Amino acid sequence: MEKIDFEYPAGEPAIGRILTGVVGSGDLEVLLEPNVAGVTTVSVTTSVDGFRRVWESLLTRVFTAVPLPASRIEIHDFGATPGVVRMRIEQAFEELNEPSQK
Amino acid sequence: MNIEEMLSRNSFIELDARKRARALLDADSFRELIDPFERVTSPWLAQQGVVTQADDGVVVAKGIIDGQPAVVLAIEGAFQGGSLGEVGGAKIAGALELAAEDNRKGIPTRAVLLFETGGVRLQEANLGLAAIAEIHSAIVDLRRYQPVIGIIAGTVGCFGGMSIAAGLCSYLVVTRDARLGLNGPVVIEQEAGTAEYDSRDKPFIWSFTGGEQRYHSHLVDAYVEDDAQQIRGVVSAFFQKGLPNKNRSELYPGFLACLAEVDASAQATPETIRAIYKKGFSS
Repeated sequence: MEKIDFEYPAGEPAIGRILTGVVGSGDLEVLLEPNVAGVTTVSVTTSVDGFRRVWESLLTRVFTAVPLPASRIEIHDFGATPGVVRMRIEQAFEELNEPSQK
Repeated sequence: MNIEEMLSRNSFIELDARKRARALLDADSFRELIDPFERVTSPWLAQQGVVTQADDGVVVAKGIIDGQPAVVLAIEGAFQGGSLGEVGGAKIAGALELAAEDNRKGIPTRAVLLFETGGVRLQEANLGLAAIAEIHSAIVDLRRYQPVIGIIAGTVGCFGGMSIAAGLCSYLVVTRDARLGLNGPVVIEQEAGTAEYDSRDKPFIWSFTGGEQRYHSHLVDAYVEDDAQQIRGVVSAFFQKGLPNKNRSELYPGFLACLAEVDASAQATPETIRAIYKKGFSS
């Protein structure tokens, strides 16, 4: 098990909080909460050791491609592939806009 | 089920624990207690190098079913096989105890348990076992006032100490994908050998512990399709029916009489078990 932290520039604070995914085989859990304006923090706990560089490139791609609301994100990963990680994060930001899910 | 029905139905098995709870409660009445953002989670898993889920794999949902207060306790089978540790177990036991307390104060809170569990979480050993024992006594307490409905949808099934919790419920509902048994297939194989019980032979496993077999052996009360709407309807119907005349666990003399009929010298088959159990346990 490895714990890795990241920080990215962001916009205004996210409104609401969202949970996506489960800590199941090949999946992960993403908890998204509002952060102070201007910065998004991502804290990753993963069951697979030694993939810091993969996490870094993937998260940098997601959080620098388009401006996203400032969030405090916690990821509990159970061996998800980069594709699944990206989908779960994007799902969280998408569900932020659906009031019924909050 | 034909193709039309297949396409129009809303699978219950495909829903995660939180969505299952939501599907059973009246629209917009879902309110989660000790939600994942409170981060009340297992203190033991991380110490053993296991990634923890923020809700410890248990969803406690308060809400309304048919206009009456209810609490739905849903276990997430995808996280650690739905195993119950100290925190998840305490969430279920605590919620059931509060529901019983409600009833003593005149608030008719009812409970639905969604079992998707291999039983105790081995990493938390005695603490998990203690929590499961608390769940047992809380079910027995609450079922004096209101029906406690257990649902095993699948595909994990319900095993170990939690299969006893299922047996204590006022009513038990299963799908074809569900399994119910005290020992899981791998444990039986380990103890008795593959000649006795091959855990990789899925049709064989389901023929003994699967939902259909358990229904025909009178060990559960309803056998339903994997359909959220239908499952909600069955829950509704059992709540309307009220308390059963006798709880299944009170029929133990009948169970013992059935067990006495089992011929241990011959390999048991699903048919012989059905034949013995179908007579019922009322005796």
